[in-house]
Amino acid sequence: MSHYISNTEQDRNAMLQAIGVADVAELFDVVPQDVRFPQVELPQPLSEAELLRELRRMSQRNANAQTHTVFLGAGAYNHFVPSAVDALLRRAEYYTAYTPYQPELAQGTLQVIFEYQTLMCGLTGMDVANASHYDGATAMAEAAGMALNLTRNKRTILVAPTVHPQYRAVLRTYLQGLGVTIKGDEDPAVSLDDVLAQIDDATAAVIVQTPDFLGQLHDLKPIADKIHAVGGLLIATIDPIALGLFQTPGAAGADIVVGEGQSLGIPLSYGGPYLGIFACKEQYVRRMPGRLAGATTDVDGQLGYVLTLQTREQHIRREKATSNICTNQGLMMLASTVYTCLMGKHGLRRVAELCYHRAHYAATEIGNIPGFELLTPAPFFKEFAVRTPKSVRELNQALAERGIIGGYDLKRDYPHLGDAMLIAVTEMNSKADIDALVVVLKELA
Amino acid sequence: MNNYEPPIFELSGTGKIGANLPEVDVPTAELPQGLLRDDDLPGIPELTETEVTRHFTRISQRNFCIDTGMYPLGSCTMKYNPKVHEEAARLPGFAFAHPMQTAEQSQGALQLMYELQNYLAELSGFDQVSLQPAAGAQGEFTGVLVFRAYHLDRGDTERNEILVPDSAHGTNPATAAMVGMKVVEVKSGRRGNCSIEDLKAKLGPRTAGLMLTNPNTLGLFEQNIREIARLVHEAGGLMYGDGANFNAILGIVKPRDVGFDFMHYNLHKTFTTPHGGGGPGSGAVGCIAELAPFLPGPVADKDGATYVFRQPAKSIGRVKSFWGNFGMLVRAWAYIRTLGAAGLREVSENAVLNANYIRVRLQDVYPVAYDRPCMHEVVVKGQLKEAPQARTLDIAKRLIDYGFHPPTVYFPLSVPEAIMIEPTETESKRNLDAFCDAMLTIAQEAAQDINILKNAPTTAPVRRLDEVGAARRPILKYDRAKFRELRREEDPVTADDQLFVPSY
Amino acid sequence: MAYNTPDDLRYAKTHEWVRVDGDEVTIGISDYAQQALGDVVFAELPSVGRTLSAGEPFGVVESVKAASDVYAPLSGEVSAINEALLDAPETLNSDPYGEGWMLKLRPSNLEGEQNQLLDAAAYTQHTEDEASKH
Repeated sequence: MSHYISNTEQDRNAMLQAIGVADVAELFDVVPQDVRFPQVELPQPLSEAELLRELRRMSQRNANAQTHTVFLGAGAYNHFVPSAVDALLRRAEYYTAYTPYQPELAQGTLQVIFEYQTLMCGLTGMDVANASHYDGATAMAEAAGMALNLTRNKRTILVAPTVHPQYRAVLRTYLQGLGVTIKGDEDPAVSLDDVLAQIDDATAAVIVQTPDFLGQLHDLKPIADKIHAVGGLLIATIDPIALGLFQTPGAAGADIVVGEGQSLGIPLSYGGPYLGIFACKEQYVRRMPGRLAGATTDVDGQLGYVLTLQTREQHIRREKATSNICTNQGLMMLASTVYTCLMGKHGLRRVAELCYHRAHYAATEIGNIPGFELLTPAPFFKEFAVRTPKSVRELNQALAERGIIGGYDLKRDYPHLGDAMLIAVTEMNSKADIDALVVVLKELA
Repeated sequence: MNNYEPPIFELSGTGKIGANLPEVDVPTAELPQGLLRDDDLPGIPELTETEVTRHFTRISQRNFCIDTGMYPLGSCTMKYNPKVHEEAARLPGFAFAHPMQTAEQSQGALQLMYELQNYLAELSGFDQVSLQPAAGAQGEFTGVLVFRAYHLDRGDTERNEILVPDSAHGTNPATAAMVGMKVVEVKSGRRGNCSIEDLKAKLGPRTAGLMLTNPNTLGLFEQNIREIARLVHEAGGLMYGDGANFNAILGIVKPRDVGFDFMHYNLHKTFTTPHGGGGPGSGAVGCIAELAPFLPGPVADKDGATYVFRQPAKSIGRVKSFWGNFGMLVRAWAYIRTLGAAGLREVSENAVLNANYIRVRLQDVYPVAYDRPCMHEVVVKGQLKEAPQARTLDIAKRLIDYGFHPPTVYFPLSVPEAIMIEPTETESKRNLDAFCDAMLTIAQEAAQDINILKNAPTTAPVRRLDEVGAARRPILKYDRAKFRELRREEDPVTADDQLFVPSY
Repeated sequence: MAYNTPDDLRYAKTHEWVRVDGDEVTIGISDYAQQALGDVVFAELPSVGRTLSAGEPFGVVESVKAASDVYAPLSGEVSAINEALLDAPETLNSDPYGEGWMLKLRPSNLEGEQNQLLDAAAYTQHTEDEASKH
């Protein structure tokens, strides 16, 4: 038996006897005999040392932020994570705990959810935040579903082409069975103003990302006013790091706010698990999907926390639930909560400033290289697009040889930009890193 | 262990910071004045690293967890989470790999995904696996979308009904509704299986498919599974397998062999990626070759010696950003490679053995919902002959005082006062005996003095909480004044308190 | 369990009560319904002016662990709703036939539809039948 099974041979025999069967196989008599105990072909088991050796070997075939300088973003960012975050994440009290359905035994998890909800409200300027979704993309798709429920007879979702291409793909996947029109992004070159011009009485919601996929920041206020005038909702997709410095969607009048929370203390981890931030105005809370914790007291009057407003959820409302979601990103939510508390008001602001100033320095320096041209109009935050004199694929191969992971190739999603690279700069990219990138790009130009 | 820890917002001190950040080392650029936030991040606290660490350590101690005790939560498979998995997922090549780097730069990650796809396919008998879905519920969503796409692709446009047994998880009907399908409920029969008569009555030209958990949520193997599959297929429908209970049948039977066309795997249950206090999950899906072109992409594939991503030809699209919950895939890969085929079969054998042992030890006092050998979980009723006033909730809460997490209660809905117990294979007979002893003692206590149960728990960090009050007047974020009211603090709320109220 | 079922009201099988008062009727949920639900934490009501058909769900009553649709016992136009329930849903438990009323309706086919409703005795029988099923 493996080192994860705690019964001895003697234990097993005693149990079989108590049950009244001769051997374990007898317990499976209900399984059709001709398919019972099939041949299963899997590699031979590995000892722990062999397992780690094999995994280390495999992992070393991946470039990563410890072997390379990273200027790649496009929805996942190499931000600084203080050591205290993972130290707390590795506490078994958190990672080996279940969903807090028994509140007396889950006050730790529930208090973290409650504090996370408060922090996300503080960051976004919204009234209510839930305990999180799978990632930014699915949070956005669920927000669209919620907007359709709230506006009933409106059946169009308007989405800007500068919303992350994968998020728009997920949006279409989620709504494909509901007879909904999704439009606005057919032409990737169209301006945000041209998208907004399509707002009409049938528009349930307009989805705008800020900073957008190409890095540009947008003023959400006029957009909120415009969609509200026809009774529709504004769904804003945000970067929480930008909110250390820039206008909150809440102040601008957004109705639902979603975003990828990976930047808040969660490792890149090849794309997951990440964190879907989801917040809305108070008046919409009963149509909100996802888990919510609330404060209350116990029979002795002591303060405590419980999951609340659960009648929205699948385990009670079944086919009438606001969503089928049955998990939240518990551990990732914990990481972002610890991260945000460590940073505090000043740290969040500093991180945003570092990203902003270093990105602008990089944009200026790269834009000055002959053959390169800055494409993202001001104001932008930590990411910007540049036209490149060679294909991005070619440039990135050369950069990789010099220990740099270059930017995202925009050609497939935004062909109108020609050869263009999306470059991300965070507080992890020092001036020296940026200067080194510029030197290499000059050589390659 | 009643260590009340205030909300972190009450520990804040002006000017503190808990992180050591670099200085701005480049010329500063002008900030766009009209787009700046006009507040100073109200509600974001200010603390040092010491204070943050202590706060989250202290509140962690108010949690029960697998590493401290048994978690017999039916249908949740709370088994031990191996420590080596945590090391594996944190190897720099995995933890710090960027999802948008090229496939050439990600060969290790793609190899791991490709191999895991194959292992999961082999365990279930399916032809293709996609690792994209983020959780079981998203796996279900993926499956119903695939069913829809498959029927439409064949020009079969009227199939808009999903059949769901009355014992199903709530995610099944919720999922079908999210896809725009009509939910049709199928009743349970006398022995706890899906009723063949009712199934026949509900199948028809509109049937897109049946969603079935096998073993079902009563912990019973669907004996008539092949008959059910035959009927569904004859009606032109497809068979969806909810893999929530896959832990009972690893190496025992392959779902495809009994007629399933599609299933999801809960990697956080069967393959022991940690539950994390509610997530992340990971809900890989597998299916027969006919459905493979519709899977969400991309899937990992091999082209000669190189691993590549491939988008299935008629894919329903993306279900999340990037490539699935990769960190969870590393852990599941490690688990399968540690145990191998024989070790995984032992997992299921011991899980089923443990559950049946609990069944026979409790059955004379706690009526078993369906009196027959169970799979990896057993459903009993909290209806005590000697103490009719006892409720399942009371029994569950009293278990806390004996050091056990309560089982799943009041589910499945079709069993009154249900107590659903899943011990998993990682618990020893010694622990099972201690759990059963506690259950039997509680039954005696209930007969002697019901108040012992009604007042439980008394040893947990808090006692029973006012869930009604929480729902009537929801407090969903920190607010100093509301907290003072809750704690019945006598002092009036001062102007200073308002500073802590995130007043957005 | 004993339930209060006033004789002067009519009842729907889905556990709503109706009080006819001139050309307006008042509607709420029965004592049986509120006891079955437990502590009510939320009530959702339709907007004034909405036209309902008999049998159509017009709102939701929720406890912590359950949610029940509430159905229009008669067809007609909503003329008033009990907004006090939005702040104090517990009134549905404490006074289901008085302060806990849910809405007033101007029925469009009172003559034709009221025969479908049960009197107190028939409704009591109906609740006993339902209770014995569980």
